[in-house]
Amino acid sequence: MFAYYLELALRSLKRSPGLTALMVLAIGFGVAASMTSWSVFRAVSGDPIPWKSSKLFVPQIDMWGPNGRSPDGEPPNAMDYTDAVALMRDHRAKRQSAMYQISPSIVPADASKHPLNVSGHAVYGEFFPMLDVPFKFGRGWSNSDDANRAQVVVISSKLNQKLFGGVDSVGKIVNVEGRDYRVVGVLDQWNPQPRFYDVVNSGGFSTSDADVFLPFQTAIQASIPNDGNTNCNAVPDEPGFVGLQHSPCAWIAFMAELDDAAAVTAYRAYLDGYAKDQQAAGRFRWAPNNRLRDVPAWLENQHVVPSDTKVSLLVALGLLLVCLVNTVGLLLAKFLRRSSEIGVRRALGAPRAAIYTQFLVEAGIVGAAGGVLGLLLTGAGVASVGWVLPRDIASLARIDVSLLVLTLLVAVVATMLAGLYPTYRASRVQPAWQLKSN
Amino acid sequence: MNFQVRPILTALRRHKAGTMLIALQIALTLAIVCNALFIIHQRLGNLSANSGVDEANVFVIANMWADMGRSTSQVDAQVRADLIALRQLPAVRDATPASGYPLRGGGWDNFVTMTPEQVKPTTDAAVYTGDEHFIDTLGLNLVAGRNFRSDEVMAMGTQEAVTPPTVIVSKALADRLFPDGHALGKSFYAMGATPSTIVGIVDPLHRQGVDQWSNGYAGQSLIWPLRADDSRGVYYIVRARPGRLADAMREAPKALYAQSRLRIIDPKDGIQDYATIRHKVYDRDRGMAILMGIISVVLLAITAAGIVGLTSFWVGQRRRQIGVRRALGARRRDILAYFLTENFLISASGTVLGIVLGFAFNLWTVTRFAMDRMSLAYVGAGVLVLVLLGQAATLAPALRASRVSPVEATRSV
Repeated sequence: MFAYYLELALRSLKRSPGLTALMVLAIGFGVAASMTSWSVFRAVSGDPIPWKSSKLFVPQIDMWGPNGRSPDGEPPNAMDYTDAVALMRDHRAKRQSAMYQISPSIVPADASKHPLNVSGHAVYGEFFPMLDVPFKFGRGWSNSDDANRAQVVVISSKLNQKLFGGVDSVGKIVNVEGRDYRVVGVLDQWNPQPRFYDVVNSGGFSTSDADVFLPFQTAIQASIPNDGNTNCNAVPDEPGFVGLQHSPCAWIAFMAELDDAAAVTAYRAYLDGYAKDQQAAGRFRWAPNNRLRDVPAWLENQHVVPSDTKVSLLVALGLLLVCLVNTVGLLLAKFLRRSSEIGVRRALGAPRAAIYTQFLVEAGIVGAAGGVLGLLLTGAGVASVGWVLPRDIASLARIDVSLLVLTLLVAVVATMLAGLYPTYRASRVQPAWQLKSN
Repeated sequence: MNFQVRPILTALRRHKAGTMLIALQIALTLAIVCNALFIIHQRLGNLSANSGVDEANVFVIANMWADMGRSTSQVDAQVRADLIALRQLPAVRDATPASGYPLRGGGWDNFVTMTPEQVKPTTDAAVYTGDEHFIDTLGLNLVAGRNFRSDEVMAMGTQEAVTPPTVIVSKALADRLFPDGHALGKSFYAMGATPSTIVGIVDPLHRQGVDQWSNGYAGQSLIWPLRADDSRGVYYIVRARPGRLADAMREAPKALYAQSRLRIIDPKDGIQDYATIRHKVYDRDRGMAILMGIISVVLLAITAAGIVGLTSFWVGQRRRQIGVRRALGARRRDILAYFLTENFLISASGTVLGIVLGFAFNLWTVTRFAMDRMSLAYVGAGVLVLVLLGQAATLAPALRASRVSPVEATRSV
């Protein structure tokens, strides 16, 4: 029976090629626009570390008080040096790391080569196991390396390629800002987007790779200055990078790993206790106003997904909706034009269910054809988003199997939904009336 | 022609579903298109914002120092030597050291207060630093007061907060702080313990970033007479002699490397002319405008095609009635008018719904994404476009209808 309906549908579609082409085009464009913007939205709103994001927390401490809060009462989104170091010293989470963005120069051993400028972070050793950072060679450094301000460095595989031709460089020496550091680890491919561990400085997405990681206190001692955002509620009393460390300026990101609800509660209590101590000591002249958010909540709070991306997705879905309304109208016209044919079929004993199946098959074919067109257009769309979107975001949009399947599925299901009402109307055609009028 | 609305309404009542579908489609299209038009217009407006810079002749060198360990005085000596070398180049008119430049993206902003004790800042301003060559290098328009003297320029080391006693401000900032128009000679505080006195006013001077959050103080900028001797690096802003931009951009890095090789100028984007800078910073705005443009065109095309399709169907369905009307004396243009009026009635009802939906969508983006409120003009433009589009789309099927011969009345299907 299905084959027969298929044949009927194809014959009917061939009879009015203009109308058919119009419907297929509308579905194709509608689906492609939605799927292209969906691929971008999916890329920027994704969870960068899904297996662990609910265990990673970003604490915020209100070191500026009421005048430094955002209009909705939020404390600064980064820490000053005093608090970051105090939290590291107290070490109340399973793992934790303060971090700041650096952009040092690397002087190659080969004097004929130009120095390189690289970007990276100064972090604590627990950063690597906490974020499940993959290593190609070696590993991160230990807590005692942190404490001893060891001259060690972790580099990306890209920088390893540049400096050492990609061989296992553990134990070799890299000159960063005129000092020698021993390579203890080389990262495997690792470029999480959004850059969740330091959203504040990267703005969420970053095209540049993180090439070097130095121990936090080692970098401080070597006076490798902060290269990320610095927010101050007042000008520091002392000049230079040391002055920044003594100031209440916010420039340090912080992340802590907390395994369960009890640990979260305990950490919250610890943060409040810390702020109360600061209040008692006279450093804070206000009640504790801390925050502790896990990674998904933090990304949401920092508006990592650009509002343009959301608006584009909505507008594209609106386009799909218009295409579907359009298809409902055209299918209605198409089906009702065949009222006499339906009348004959019904009079010859076809039940309503048969009419339903016949016309839904026809709608499904239109949907499938629209889906195939939509696939091609989505491919073209995703390939050319770089043309309309900033590079850091466009480079994240990808075509994969799930996107292809979803495109086809959306096209077919949406068109069949659009076909429901016209089919209903077709099945209501009165055979007697139709036969009489002829 | 006689426009008889009653029979049309009666006929439409028999095609409730089709009529409502077209009206709904027009409503949704209008809602989306007027919002898209609004976004496009807004973004294109950003794109053409005046930076105040002589963009045709100015370029920027991002110069990073390869050895961060140097003291401020060592860096200062190098910066001075570099500037002399740059200014001596035949293709170069002037050069200045800077910590940032208009349309760089991101940027440095300070709160501005009128007194040092003031808790709530008066406003916010983009901060630029440069020497006495800053105004000539950027090609800024000095509308009042004077330029900096060379003895006023101070050195500013790494992450050092220096508050010079003199400042040049943009007219927008001057007007905000001193609405009476007498800003010259007055002083204010920009997060420093000491005040800065306004010695000159330039107009305009764009801020460094183009982000939405700083729209509230767009155009409010201040220039401090400081040489950026940051051990990390410095921007050299260079103005080429007219028509010699390419030469200057080629000569400048050679001259710098001849001074010292201990610097990093990224071969990819270390040297950028203003066309590139502007193109980059407005990436997002331009992309959004293009995207909304594409979506609007596709939408309008689909809606027009849908109207053609459904009207053709109705014409086909009513050939006999049209024949009867023609046989009873209706002229061709009466038939034409009938279909055009019918479409106009449907479009009009659709646009009423569309106006409501359009404003609802806009209001939602205002509250949810802090976008701006849409003015009536965009909705008006959208309504006009859609009504004209509907009439145009109806024209072909309606013309076909008008050519139905009266003989059809006597023919059975």
